[in-house]
Amino acid sequence: MEISFRDLITVLHGMGFGALFMLAFSGAIGVIYATAVGGAQWVVPHRTTIMFRFYLISMAALAWLAVLSGAYIIYPWYRAVPPAGTTDLSLYPRQLLLSSPLTAGWHVIGMEWKEHIAWFTPIAMTMVAYVFIKYGPQLALHRHMRNAVLGFTAVAFFATAVAGGFGAFLNKYAPVRGGHEIVLFEQH
Amino acid sequence: MNATHDPMRLPNGPGAAAILSAGTGSGALGVFALASDASPVVRHAFTIWPPSGDLSGVTLAAIVVWLVAWFGLSRLWTARDVGLVRVNVAAFAMLIVGLLLTFPPFMDLLQGK
Repeated sequence: MEISFRDLITVLHGMGFGALFMLAFSGAIGVIYATAVGGAQWVVPHRTTIMFRFYLISMAALAWLAVLSGAYIIYPWYRAVPPAGTTDLSLYPRQLLLSSPLTAGWHVIGMEWKEHIAWFTPIAMTMVAYVFIKYGPQLALHRHMRNAVLGFTAVAFFATAVAGGFGAFLNKYAPVRGGHEIVLFEQH
Repeated sequence: MNATHDPMRLPNGPGAAAILSAGTGSGALGVFALASDASPVVRHAFTIWPPSGDLSGVTLAAIVVWLVAWFGLSRLWTARDVGLVRVNVAAFAMLIVGLLLTFPPFMDLLQGK
């Protein structure tokens, strides 16, 4: 059982960073809402507060890792230009998609939207983590601030869903392949 | 601007600065993405790391705008209470603009493609 290096990095980008981030969303909404409705008088054990902070910082870090690995490692592989005369475009996903009107839309709409919309998430989640760390239970005293934090979290969820969804489809129609093969399991 | 007299309550300025700057960065991302899509000159200028093309410059410029706005607003509002409703309206308006301008069919519509 083998996997190419580029496949492995793509899996790390999509499943390791992106999907883990998506899984953490309901927890983030729960943490922010519970802290806010609990109020400034809500006595939260110090370790719990630290855990909440670590949770939101981890989400922001995952979002940054997802966009940075996507834009600076995987995207260059995706948009590589084939040498003149190349007929096998399997190592050139962008060109492979654009070579047929049936698949061109996956690049023209899918990738072009994904490559930009994903960046809303780390910006939003960094703000959310900062506000939570700064205010904590005092968010209950700042109703409009809590609403903005929850709104930006929801937009971050939407942006990640769009980026992740298109990422999955793009990887189905034109996977990023290449690099040396890594043996995961050897059957004798 | 509303003054607060509750010594336990933190001023909302630092939070407002973070929210408004996040909106500003998001709006900037959309504007830069549209400008790069519409103009070959801008696209070339944003291509600061050729393997990633203009995406490298578009996102880096948006991050710079976001962080500079955050730094400036934080210094301005560090110990103040500000009108959060207006801040939220402005932040979400810019966020929506950013979202729309990064949606390829909307980009194309604006450029008459």
